[in-house]
Amino acid sequence: MAQREIVTFTRIPRLKMEGICKRFGATVALDDVGLKVFPGEVLALVGENGAGKSTLMKVLSGAHQPDAGRMWLDGKEFKPINPLHARKTGVAMIYQELSLTPHLTVEENIMLGMEPSSFGFIRRQEVRRRAVAALQHFGHTEIHPDIPVKNLSVAAQQLVEIARALAIGCSVLVLDEPTSSLTQKDVKQLFMLIKNLKNQGLAIVYISHFLEEVQQVADRVTILRDGKAVGQSNIDDITTEKIIALMVGREVKDLYPRSARVVGAMVLQIKDLTGREKPDSVNLTLHRGEVLGIAGLMGAGRTELLRCIFGLDAIQRGEIKLGVFAGWASPVRRWLQNVGMLSEDRKEEGLALSMSVADNVTLSRLKGFGPLSLILPGRQAQATRRWIEELDIRCLGPRQKVMDLSGGNQQKVALSRLLQHDVDVLLLDEPTRGIDVAAKAAVFQIINELACGDPEQNRPPKAVLMVSSYLPELLGICDRVAVMCRGRLGPVHNINDVNEHTLMVEATGQEKIA
Amino acid sequence: MNTDQLSPRDLTNQKAAIFRNLLTQSGFKLLMALLCIYFFFVFALGLQQVVKTKQANQELLSKLEEEDIPERERLQDSRLEDPWHKGLQASQRFVSSRNLETIARQTTIVGMAALGMTLVIISAGIDLSVGSIVALGTVVIAWLLNKNGFSPLLAAILAVAACGTCGFISGILITNLRVVPFIVTLGMMLFIRGAAKGLSNEQKIDAPDTWLNELLASLGQDQKWMLIPSGVWILIIMAVMVAVLLRYTRLGRHIFAIGSNEQTARLCGVAVVRVKVIIYSLCGVFAGLAGLMQFSRLTVGDPTVAIGLELDVIAAVVIGGGSLAGGEGSILGSLIGALILTVIASGCSQMGLPNWVQEIITGAIIIVAVALDRLRHRRPT
Repeated sequence: MAQREIVTFTRIPRLKMEGICKRFGATVALDDVGLKVFPGEVLALVGENGAGKSTLMKVLSGAHQPDAGRMWLDGKEFKPINPLHARKTGVAMIYQELSLTPHLTVEENIMLGMEPSSFGFIRRQEVRRRAVAALQHFGHTEIHPDIPVKNLSVAAQQLVEIARALAIGCSVLVLDEPTSSLTQKDVKQLFMLIKNLKNQGLAIVYISHFLEEVQQVADRVTILRDGKAVGQSNIDDITTEKIIALMVGREVKDLYPRSARVVGAMVLQIKDLTGREKPDSVNLTLHRGEVLGIAGLMGAGRTELLRCIFGLDAIQRGEIKLGVFAGWASPVRRWLQNVGMLSEDRKEEGLALSMSVADNVTLSRLKGFGPLSLILPGRQAQATRRWIEELDIRCLGPRQKVMDLSGGNQQKVALSRLLQHDVDVLLLDEPTRGIDVAAKAAVFQIINELACGDPEQNRPPKAVLMVSSYLPELLGICDRVAVMCRGRLGPVHNINDVNEHTLMVEATGQEKIA
Repeated sequence: MNTDQLSPRDLTNQKAAIFRNLLTQSGFKLLMALLCIYFFFVFALGLQQVVKTKQANQELLSKLEEEDIPERERLQDSRLEDPWHKGLQASQRFVSSRNLETIARQTTIVGMAALGMTLVIISAGIDLSVGSIVALGTVVIAWLLNKNGFSPLLAAILAVAACGTCGFISGILITNLRVVPFIVTLGMMLFIRGAAKGLSNEQKIDAPDTWLNELLASLGQDQKWMLIPSGVWILIIMAVMVAVLLRYTRLGRHIFAIGSNEQTARLCGVAVVRVKVIIYSLCGVFAGLAGLMQFSRLTVGDPTVAIGLELDVIAAVVIGGGSLAGGEGSILGSLIGALILTVIASGCSQMGLPNWVQEIITGAIIIVAVALDRLRHRRPT
């Protein structure tokens, strides 16, 4: 408490952002956001996925230029033109994914890009002296400067990265989800370090999903929601419940169709499923005619769960039963067992961007498009045209390359693959990521129709397992929902028994309060 | 971002994109490039002959002048030649059916190996062992022909099978060891070359004269009905088969999918490992067929032949629109690429240009071809 009083008398904030606005096309990512951090203070920045935290920090680090708004560093106007410039001016970012060169040693990494040299030769002793000084600065002399960084643990690598920021001489340090890949012990160590840095007068912006950590480490908190700063407070004056309420408090639009669904036979049963790291001992069952939602924060292990079920990732132990088939199977077999998966990453995994719409839709089952198991492009296009019409995919035709389509249309193409294959079990990973509202509504329409089935057209109801980070859409479309947190899946709730608040409490690891 | 409302401008852009793709697929531009290069040489050869003849005439005249022969007689000397007539003859020689046949024969080896290489490159791989496999093919054929009881056909089939096995081993190593194709096939290149040398005791193996030697031989008068040598016919038939495989079969679509995005292919249930092994095996088989053609040309088994051939083959595929990043390439393009290489080689040698000029031109063509390709792919942002 004593330190906090020392710092508050300096009334010039180390960092001040005011009226920051940023649009991407029609999406408003940031709308008049402001924040202040004083020297020797930790400001926590919290908000749901997509609330605008990352965009705000990208503006701060110079990666994005704001459409409106100003920033000051120690009272001086600060206009970073690129990340390098921001870094040199004193704003250092430590991202979730560390940006070290793994083959170089600790000291080389710390001094990378600003090696002291004479006549082009590096002054090795000077490098060593400064690197050791930076490490000593926060009392981590146990990291030897000669070790290649790839041989260090994740926690130690993070320390090296912070040491690099200090060696450059930063005055504002931004930590983006620093604890998501750390063990409990390392987290404690990191918090000690943050306190230490704070006492040296640094201004620290701490971004985290884990509210218990925020309570421990932060002095003040700013809450973002839908691109707006909806609240800020001293951490002692606000409860975790209040923070959660501010994070999720938005009206739910009537975007989610829900026709009468009849729960049918069990198609998927998972017992004690454990992957390499995540998921950890997961149990669940899935029936025809229902949509089961999995909520949770990024990195909770939801994607890994789907990948294990679909055979894209190996499993350590556990049982997967799909109707009559039991055990782990490769994606090739899963498609034959009428299971389909929609990847969360359209560009890297979901679609072959340089191939045509028709190829992408039919890739999982290239059968029945001609005699002698030949594939006649005409028949392939004909099959595709059906989905282009039904899903209203805006494109010039089945032969157009997928890379020329907009995000929403690409997503519909990826979804069409599951429809064309006519799978019984759909594993959907973030089916609405990065698509606009109209396309979202269309996707929900499709999911609803699949889960309901259509006896008149002889379409039996399907089973849908859906992962999403956006709680309103899970509440809107699912019949049952479970929350995943740090690799473990919580109890499955009936959709009527939960709301955004209770789900968020579970996802942020706040069982005590709930 | 609401890009679903397509504006007319977007539509035009997309139409332009489709049009661009069509041009790539049809190989139209490449065909044009080939014709340009071909007629450049027709023109250059003629012009070179005109200049040469004029110079010869000039020398003759000055010699006659020294011998004090009157001007009227000098100009009527029978040794004077019409430069334009000579030039036309030289040009005609390059467009003659005989020269075209030679070009076709010379393209066959690279073209045959390029069929397999196209599959590999479309799948975002590379095979550096092709040259060694060709050498192994010639050695195995000659070695088998010297044994009793092996008909030429059987020898050829077994040799091609041996080469296919080499490709199969490459494929198994690439998929099972998860080592990049560049390294695996680099190792296989040395391995197979060594095996070929060992099998032949580091010497050329003479083989009895069989019909295999006729495959790429120039056509005699009584064979004119074939139009082109049978080896070239085999190349054309194979090319059509592979083109159909790529375009109209499951395997073909899967090869493109792996090259375009291997993760997507896996997600969509493509048996990536199996398909890759098939691709490299096929590449070995086509390299073996190229070896058969090479044998037909040499009529001996030579373990040191075709060193560096793999680079010509890769060059042909790349000139033909194949992308080393995968997902792109076509059989027609690769064959045109191989033809372009042969036309340059043949044109340069007929012009009497030294080898180094030919190498410089070929190198420049490869870089220009790929640079143009990149330019075409630059998407408007």
